[in-house]
Formats: sequence, structure tokens, C-alpha cells
Amino acid sequence: MIRLTQAPFDPGQALGEFCRDRQETGAIASFTGLARAEQGRTDILELEAYPGFTEREIGRHEADAVARFSLQDVLIIHRTGPIPPGEAIVFVATAAPHRRAALEACDFLMDYLKSRAPFWKKETGPDGARWIEPTDRDRDDLARWETT
Amino acid sequence: MARVLLFGRLADVAGWREREIPARSLADLRGRIAAEDPALFEALQAPAVRTAVDQELVSLDVALAPDSEVAFLPPMSGG
Repeated sequence: MIRLTQAPFDPGQALGEFCRDRQETGAIASFTGLARAEQGRTDILELEAYPGFTEREIGRHEADAVARFSLQDVLIIHRTGPIPPGEAIVFVATAAPHRRAALEACDFLMDYLKSRAPFWKKETGPDGARWIEPTDRDRDDLARWETT
Repeated sequence: MARVLLFGRLADVAGWREREIPARSLADLRGRIAAEDPALFEALQAPAVRTAVDQELVSLDVALAPDSEVAFLPPMSGG
């Protein structure tokens, strides 16, 4: 499931709810990404999505992850709009019978979200605003999954 | 008439985010943008900029319906 939200969310609460009422899940992995202050260079991060398109594109990769790692369940929460440092931007949780699949699927989904998911990210600080685009590192991270 | 949406830095280049532009095809639309705003046209030519028509990614020229939605998408980055 994918949830885009303009409002702050509590990743601990999201994880708690995701863990509830499971009889056959042996492993849940989660990742929480927070907005960084970059030593005072960033006052606010702004994330733009393309409503409808963004959810559908992420949904295709969620389905990929479910098939590839035989997941039982996935939850992705992604903030949009202005986000101050310290608040959660993204939360991914994966449920599987065993830990390896859950951990790898979480890593796989984050690599996709960082470099391919339809979001546009702008950092504003004392020196003005700049758009953040995927780094070579993000692309290398994603490429790991193309050979295995 | 197509509803044209610009995302990320493209909206900064153009100074608008959403606009109705009369166009019968993507090529026609690009031509109109080139005539009106060469800087935006230049930005749209970057190979990393992808195009979606009615929320589907397209790579070639396609015809546009009167109510088509065209989105220009610069490199994407979440998380």
C-alpha cells in the first residue's frame, strides 16, 4: 500500500500498526528517511509529486518487490510539500515469512524511491534554493539490483 | 488544447506550472513552446526529461486529444 501525505506522520506508529495481527509473518523490516539540516544549509525540503501518476509508478515497483521477494505485505508512506529537518520523509515496511526477504525488499524499494520514483525535491537554505537530482551513488545503488 | 504540466526545475524555468496550450500533437506542442519560450524548449530537450501523456510515459511523438494532459518530468528523486 502507498500513502502520500502532506501532513507529518509518526513512523513508530506506522510500524506498530503494520506489525499488528499477523499470524504467518516471521519478519518485518522497515526504513525511515528523515530530512537533514545539512549543517544549517537546509531550512526546508520541498517534495513535489504528480498525483495519480506517482502512486501508480510506485505501485508497479511495489508489485515487483512483492513478486521478487515473495512478500506478504508492503507499506510505503511518502511525504510531499514542505518538510523541515528532523521530520520523516519516507517510511517503507516489508513483511515476509523470513528476515532476508524482508530486509532485501526494503533496501530494494528504497533504492528505487531514491532514484526513480516520481518526486521532485528542492532544498531551500540561507544560500537560496536548489533542485536535488539523483546522484551517481543513487544510480549505482539501483544498478545493484539489475545484475542479481 | 492540451493541459500542460511542468514539474521540478522546469516550472522554475518557465515561471508557470500548469497551462492550456493549443496543440494537435507532442511535436506541435514542442514547436509552440519553442516559439514562445526558447529557454523552456531548451530545458525540455534534455535527454533526462521524460514526457507523459494522460499519465503514461511516451517516448515518440503522439497525437493529442482536446483534453489531453501532457506532463514534462525532469529527473526524479524521492526519499
